[in-house]
Amino acid sequence: MAVLFEKTKGMTDVKTHYCPGCTHGIVHRLVAECLEEMGELDNAIDVSPVGCAVLALNYFNFDGIQAAHGRAPATATGIKRVHPDKMVLTYQGDGDLASIGMCEIVHAAARGEKITTIFINNGIYGMTGGQMAPTTLPGMKATTAPYGRDVSLQGYPIRVCEMLSTLDGSKYIERVAVDSPANVIKAKKAIRKALETQKAGLGFSLIEVLSTCPTNWGKTPVEAVKFVKEEMIPYYPLGVYKDSTKEEE
Amino acid sequence: MAKILLKGNEAVVRAAIEAGCRYFFGYPITPQNEIPEYFSKELPKVGGTFVQAESEVAAINMLYGAVAAGARAMTSSSSPGVALKQEGIGYISKAELPAVIVNMMRGGPGLGSIQPSQSDYNMCVKCGSNGDYRNIVMAPGNIQELVDMVIEAFDMADYYTNPVVILADGLIGQMMEPVEIKQPEVKREMPEKTWALTGKNGGEPHRIINLNLDANELEQVNIELFKKYAVIEENEQRYEEYKMDDAEYAFVSYGTASRIVRSAVNELRNEGYKVGMIRPLLLWPFPEKAFEGKDHIKKYMDVEFSMGQMVDDVKLACNDKHKVEFYGRAGGVIPSVNEVVDFAKKVMGGAQ
Ligand SMILES: Cc1ncc(C[n+]2csc(CCOP(=O)(O)OP(=O)(O)O)c2C)c(N)n1
Ligand code: SF4
Repeated sequence: MAVLFEKTKGMTDVKTHYCPGCTHGIVHRLVAECLEEMGELDNAIDVSPVGCAVLALNYFNFDGIQAAHGRAPATATGIKRVHPDKMVLTYQGDGDLASIGMCEIVHAAARGEKITTIFINNGIYGMTGGQMAPTTLPGMKATTAPYGRDVSLQGYPIRVCEMLSTLDGSKYIERVAVDSPANVIKAKKAIRKALETQKAGLGFSLIEVLSTCPTNWGKTPVEAVKFVKEEMIPYYPLGVYKDSTKEEE
Repeated sequence: MAKILLKGNEAVVRAAIEAGCRYFFGYPITPQNEIPEYFSKELPKVGGTFVQAESEVAAINMLYGAVAAGARAMTSSSSPGVALKQEGIGYISKAELPAVIVNMMRGGPGLGSIQPSQSDYNMCVKCGSNGDYRNIVMAPGNIQELVDMVIEAFDMADYYTNPVVILADGLIGQMMEPVEIKQPEVKREMPEKTWALTGKNGGEPHRIINLNLDANELEQVNIELFKKYAVIEENEQRYEEYKMDDAEYAFVSYGTASRIVRSAVNELRNEGYKVGMIRPLLLWPFPEKAFEGKDHIKKYMDVEFSMGQMVDDVKLACNDKHKVEFYGRAGGVIPSVNEVVDFAKKVMGGAQ
């Protein structure tokens, strides 16, 4: 019998703690598959800051470290400067990256740090129970925005790809979603491209993944995927925001 | 090697490079700016890397990454910047990684002043981040000690896989003295960094954990940490006794303050007072052994550039708070020798 699909060697056999319908798991798999296909599992180092994916290093079958909330890009900088030949990635949530850690991500990008950031945008603080994130959509409810996000009081969501793509140190920036099989395939291509940007030593790369949090959105897994398609993608358009990999080569 | 004249801040850099430090992460703040400046000049010459971080928070987290990757690396700052580093220091302590952190203290609280001070004793010795942990804290009193301590700090950090803080002040950073840069006297058998993030290279992944969701598991982590701290407390108490042989009164002072106290001891000795000084060289572990067998000491006179922080440890170490008197100047004011002599005379009365 021909083998059509096999679990990547980049993931361990540990059962994940993610909620049903959470897309963190899909993104983990894509990252691990890309590293395996590139032959980089022996060379990869993951930096997992505080957030639902703080335990990612138990699931990834390569080196990893747990970083402080928001500081993964700084910790990754320290690792990459010591081991320029390793593949160093950060795996950050939207509270982590776009709120408490905004300073670190902007400066890592500005320095052109040769790291790859996987940025999970689920529009909410997952781990702490559904508080408002910088990416929470206007009108969207959160435990600290019980009446829905009122932009006149709570401000506007931050579009991270658009912002970081203005920096010269950013070499590859793309926003993807994992709401359909077709988009999952595209997401994998994007992650691969970002990792290759790092491998070529070109500079900073980031893939934003529009992800689900059915638990804190109060939705079923199916409704959650629909929410990504109908509400999130229109506010956070998918696509390549920066690709200077050609000029750099 | 012949002696060379070095400013304290430059001496830190020379010593660190001698110790094999190849990575420095820092953010500008007076009075330690010469450290990052000099590192940025010197590290490229030895194949090292200097990163000017976007903040002290970023700098300490870069250090966390670099030491987790197995390198000898350090950061430096001054009081408000070290305050910002506390969370990261807690993470490095929990992960049991070797890191060296220099604090050239200035007056506080808040933005405070840029004058020399010793008011970060509590933050650095009692440990200012959350949780139960300890850092080794070294308190140089002159530039030669600064050099020796920085070099040894890297060995101690590696040996105990623990952060080591050099707690000096702006005066030490700015003053010039002749020094010799030499390898430490204590030669330690260094453990191999088998835990370092280097890629798994065909083996099991290295995982540096900072979260234990299970309370019993985390308690066990704490218990293991404190076993290590007990060994350090046993092995690393260090202090100088100055004119203590026949002393009936003893100053206790560290770092730059102890230089003034030393002059005060000399002056009081000339006037016939039987007085000496206990000078902790390491603040943690605190040299409790220095206070053993000294029941005959009538008073301990603690002198600090602060409103009184180490004084609590002196009370505990001598086990009689009624024996401890304190004199300090705060905010960056440096007491004169005369002030210290007058304080001591009040304490000692006419007890020549
Ligand atoms: C300094 C600090 N502040 C707050 C927290 C609490 N905290 C843990 S996870 C988290 C939010 C994580 O949300 P996000 O980054 O969006 O990731 P998600 O859980 O949604 O994947 C917060 C605020 C912390 N651990 N440390
Ligand atoms: S809380 Fe949300 S982000 Fe966290 S695992 Fe559950 S669904 Fe995923």
